[in-house]
Amino acid sequence: MKIHEYQACELYTQYGIPCPKGYIATNMDEAVNIAKEIGTFPIAIKAQIHSGGRGKAGGVKVCHTIEEVQIAAKKMIWKTLYPHQAGPEGKFVRKLYVTEGSNIDHEYYVSMAVDGANACITLLASAEGGMEIEELSRKNPEKLHHMKIDPTIGYRDYNGWEMAKKLGITGAQAKQFVAITRGMYRLFVEKDCSLVEINPLISTKEGNLLAIDAKINFDDNALFRHPDIVALRDYDEEDPKEIEASKYDLNYVSLNGSVGCMVNGAGLAMATMDIIKHYGGEPANFLDVGGSANAERVKSAFEILLSDPKVKTILVNIFGGIMKCDIIAQGIVEAAETMGIDIPVVVRLDGTNAEKGREILTNSGLALVPAKTFAEAAKKAVELANSKKED
Amino acid sequence: MILINENTKVIVQGITGSQGRFHTQQMLEYGTKIVGGTTPGKGGQEVCGVPVFNTVKEAKEKTGATCSLIYIPPAFAADGILEAIDAEMELVVCITEGVPVLDMMRVKNYLIGKKTRLIGPNCPGIISPGASKTGILPGFICTPGKVGVIGRSGTLTYEAVHQLSALGIGQSTAVGIGGDPIRGSGFIDMLELFEKDPDTLAVVMIGEIGGTGEEEAAEWIRDNMTKPVVAFISGKTAPKGKRMGHAGAIISGGKGTQQSKAEAMKNAGIPVVPTPDKIGETLVEAIKKAGIYEQCLAK
Repeated sequence: MKIHEYQACELYTQYGIPCPKGYIATNMDEAVNIAKEIGTFPIAIKAQIHSGGRGKAGGVKVCHTIEEVQIAAKKMIWKTLYPHQAGPEGKFVRKLYVTEGSNIDHEYYVSMAVDGANACITLLASAEGGMEIEELSRKNPEKLHHMKIDPTIGYRDYNGWEMAKKLGITGAQAKQFVAITRGMYRLFVEKDCSLVEINPLISTKEGNLLAIDAKINFDDNALFRHPDIVALRDYDEEDPKEIEASKYDLNYVSLNGSVGCMVNGAGLAMATMDIIKHYGGEPANFLDVGGSANAERVKSAFEILLSDPKVKTILVNIFGGIMKCDIIAQGIVEAAETMGIDIPVVVRLDGTNAEKGREILTNSGLALVPAKTFAEAAKKAVELANSKKED
Repeated sequence: MILINENTKVIVQGITGSQGRFHTQQMLEYGTKIVGGTTPGKGGQEVCGVPVFNTVKEAKEKTGATCSLIYIPPAFAADGILEAIDAEMELVVCITEGVPVLDMMRVKNYLIGKKTRLIGPNCPGIISPGASKTGILPGFICTPGKVGVIGRSGTLTYEAVHQLSALGIGQSTAVGIGGDPIRGSGFIDMLELFEKDPDTLAVVMIGEIGGTGEEEAAEWIRDNMTKPVVAFISGKTAPKGKRMGHAGAIISGGKGTQQSKAEAMKNAGIPVVPTPDKIGETLVEAIKKAGIYEQCLAK
């Protein structure tokens, strides 16, 4: 789960990580009032969206006068930004974070993330902050310092001191750096994060370290023990189809193609997307109905696929293990009967009770397109989707 | 076969839950030697004719089980694994999906220097066709034989097994290692066992985006493996930064792409399956080339 920068800043503050003072505005007047209340310039206006690359897309503006605040806020609020990390549909801006500006002397990069291969949390830092981490690790991998934190003893202050030395941070600032990384680790472990990132962490001309951006991702699997974090979820930032899917425990990711997919199992669902692409089509989504899907879930999955106007064909690819194909077939028939599906549906059923399942589909009298193999199903679905596009 | 055979004695942790109960029945029907189960507070009961104990230690002492299979809900699954490690079970298979990653971090570090081998979590388990299964893999798609199968994802592993069976190629053991970023065993652990196993002549590995397990496995195969291996990597079309069902299947920081994994495989001389419907065919080509096709045919 992702949260906004301003929410992350609140958490940082609780954990002793210094952030500039700031407030949320939902319109231009509010932004101006906050700027007046802060009373000093520069002021930073930052669009609150769940996407990186916001700065380059015009989502961050440093202002030196009230007029500039007014103009910047007007340009951002209720507008759509197109950061390269977001999809082609862009991100709609509903909130602005208006903060004190800072006199930047130097920018650092600091983050902590789960390191799966080493089963630990890794501290990553660089004296070359400000740019995206992908860019940094590509351009100057030697300037990105890695430090594994042993989970059996957790973060110790010497970890911070060692990293400060690598970054060339000395004196009172090194002490601040240790306090910041200590807070980051405590936050990471106490709130079950998967990423805590400060980019950039700046040293100000006044000599202090300050987190002027904040990014936290949380482990979805651990949200059950953090109701306070769940309360920070912003549904406006998520795809409505993804929200609907999560209600039914369906793993759904919205994509941009025209072949809607319904598959059981994450690996098979990804493989289905791959084979669609191989035959010249584009998947409209990733959808894993899970290992224990029943007729009800199949029906909800269909509803979600049909609500997407981009979908021209649906491809159902089920490999019944514990899940029985006849039950799935029943779900498809029920969904088709109650919803009146008006686009072609290609169905491939294999595994447990596959014969029975195919029989149910054939006897239903519905215009379903049966397919025997994985490849045949994908080929047919792509042909149908592409022929529909030309109509 | 590796990990389990017809003599492996198994207990089921969480046997009184609906999942535990259902799969215990399925496994008994397949022929797995389930000798007991645990649910704290329900010791003394019976499920599918096998005794229930309060703790793993007691279950092990009373039944002589060496393998423990876990169907405990995510919030308590890590504790279940720790208990099984403490009871010195040789093999622990955790089916549970959705275990918090920081819990698994603790488990993984606790495993160091212990006697236990952990498979999973978030995995379909293990099947040695015709002998035993511990987990949720459907038995009827498997055929006893000579090819080992390792996968991160359940249904895609089934798909691979199914394609092999359809081509008359049997399997020695199929293992699902799970889709989480921190897991008990990786590809290399399983490859090592298959390399040593006299009953296995070739291996199919099914990888996916996220992490670097496939890249590391490619190097290991190049340097250590004498038996033919073919690989399929799913997620060619997966977008960056999105979790594709599995917590571990995510391309982050530009790492863990299908392309980098397929590239690593090719560089190590491992045939990469071009599309998911060609897993069986690619393996057949490889074993024909190695001159072991006849030996791999199921009897």
